[in-house]
Amino acid sequence: MSSVLMVGIDCSECGDRAIAYAVDQAKRSNSKLFIAHVIEWSPFSFSTVQENFERHKRREEELKRANSEVIDPVVNKLKEKGLDVEGLVRHGNVADTLHELAIENGVTNIILGRQGTSKLKKHVFGSVGSQLVQAAECPVTVVP
Amino acid sequence: MLKLRVGITTLIGLFASFSAFAENGIDERINLAIKPFADAVAGAVFSSFPVAGVQIPFVLVWLIVAATIFTFYFKFINLRAFKHGFELVRGDYHDPKAAGEVTHFQALATALSGTVGLGNIAGVAVAVSLGGPGATFWMILAGFLGMSSKFTECTLGVKYRNELPDGTVSGGPMYYLTKGLAEKGTNFARLGKVLAVMFAIFCVGGSFGGGNMFQANQSFSQLVNVTGGDASWLADKGWLFGLVIAALVGLVIMGGIKGIARVTSKIVPFMAIVYVLAGLAIILMNIKLVPSAFGAIFNGAFTAEGIGGGVIGVLFQGFKRAAFSNEAGVGSAAIAHSAVKTNRPVTEGFVALYEPFVDTIVVCTITALVIIITGTWDPSVDPSAGVQLTSRAFESAFSWFPYVLTIAVLLFAFSTMISWSYYGLKSWTFLFGENKLTDASYKILFLFFVVIGSSMQLGSVIDFSDAMIFAMAFPNLLGCYFLLPMVKKELDEYWADYKSGKLVKTRLS
Repeated sequence: MSSVLMVGIDCSECGDRAIAYAVDQAKRSNSKLFIAHVIEWSPFSFSTVQENFERHKRREEELKRANSEVIDPVVNKLKEKGLDVEGLVRHGNVADTLHELAIENGVTNIILGRQGTSKLKKHVFGSVGSQLVQAAECPVTVVP
Repeated sequence: MLKLRVGITTLIGLFASFSAFAENGIDERINLAIKPFADAVAGAVFSSFPVAGVQIPFVLVWLIVAATIFTFYFKFINLRAFKHGFELVRGDYHDPKAAGEVTHFQALATALSGTVGLGNIAGVAVAVSLGGPGATFWMILAGFLGMSSKFTECTLGVKYRNELPDGTVSGGPMYYLTKGLAEKGTNFARLGKVLAVMFAIFCVGGSFGGGNMFQANQSFSQLVNVTGGDASWLADKGWLFGLVIAALVGLVIMGGIKGIARVTSKIVPFMAIVYVLAGLAIILMNIKLVPSAFGAIFNGAFTAEGIGGGVIGVLFQGFKRAAFSNEAGVGSAAIAHSAVKTNRPVTEGFVALYEPFVDTIVVCTITALVIIITGTWDPSVDPSAGVQLTSRAFESAFSWFPYVLTIAVLLFAFSTMISWSYYGLKSWTFLFGENKLTDASYKILFLFFVVIGSSMQLGSVIDFSDAMIFAMAFPNLLGCYFLLPMVKKELDEYWADYKSGKLVKTRLS
């Protein structure tokens, strides 16, 4: 069974070690690699009327920015190294959405850096890594 | 940004000088100047006919009849779609690819924050006082029927909204009256344009009146009440309060300082929950009195002992309160709900059912029960002092509640003003075109009315405010009647899909 890897990153420079680890794994097992970025968003947030009307436009802007500033630099760099790499961007709760993306794309192993979450959130909700480790349906690797 | 700051400072300066005059009797002169116009308009909108000795405004009949007809036409969709509406709000049918767009929950929450407000708190006290506990029954009934009106107008709002090339969305009665009626032929298209313009004009009026002046005035009144009534330092400083609120509102709508609106939109639901919990607590603490309270409600609804106007009078107070509070049939909610991301317009109609449910059947009823149980209803109440009555009712159980209520009232008023400023802006630009000048002119006028609303003795201006909001129901519901077949088609198609299991139920992460 071929493996499919997915690295979750917060920004283009974050998770360098996670990406390096994933690239290493991908090369060894000749796997497809996904680079995933989740834009924090909740379907249950509260907003004003104006924000709602502008939401679609904002969303497009956010997706464009995420792609150009976070995903594309990484994906392009890795493509140059000859890897089968694809970028993924989606809005949502980080841990849940990474998991969702993993299921949709048949990912066999999720790879994350350790730093991603803010300190406060980590104490209250647990870091993204620990949430995923508990809830994911596939192995999760947290790279320190 | 600098230009904006300069602009706002100038405005505040102008308002300050105006208000300084207002202190010295100009407000009396303005009151006198506006009064005949305000009274004429209010008189026209609320023209009434006598039924069994009670003057019933035609517009109220218009609203209730429409709500009833819609309920039957859609075969009690308010009951049938209740569960599915909840599933939609919860996100059970959320499309993962649409993550990041406006969800049903967000559209509903936003719309609710615009309608939940002083009507639920102050207005109920007046209704129960003037109509007795029986008014609660008719209020719940009107809320129940009104769910169908909201269903209709919100489905239409989504179906006929405008999606601009830059990605922004615009929706509401202006659009479904023009686009929707145009689908029925050229004569209807002409009618649609007329109705849309009428609606836009009344909506602007409503946004200055009920959505603005009334909110400013009533929240100031509660603030004064809680800081010592007539002896309060604030007692004659309505203009100052108005300036502060205008500045805050101005920062949001003109300065683009979304932070304030964002903070408010997070606190408002919290305050609403606090209010509901406090009400439930009082009800539970007096659980032994609840059966007799319901007894009083049913008794009063059908026998109307001691109420002027008999059963009709009681009915009138209940219906009036529900109509004023949940705005079903007025069309403003259709604007708010039209922002949702969905391919099936009728889904937002289902979601909108929850608006009158939460607003009237839950929140208003809780307020009514608290007032009845604590026995604080007072038939001699002055309609503009409604909020004080509710305050007293809660205070009898929780002595600290008036302070919480004041904060809640201020927040509700603020969020209602923000919402209505948007409804009015959309109507204004519909009439005058969308450009920087029309945008700025409306917003400046809006802020101006915030200050006026807090400074003046409202009396006839309250009637004018309410009249404008109700006037919106004339073109809105007339258009809805003609557009009913469109809604029915959407509903039937969707319902068939739903029953046959074609719809994809996803788990919302």
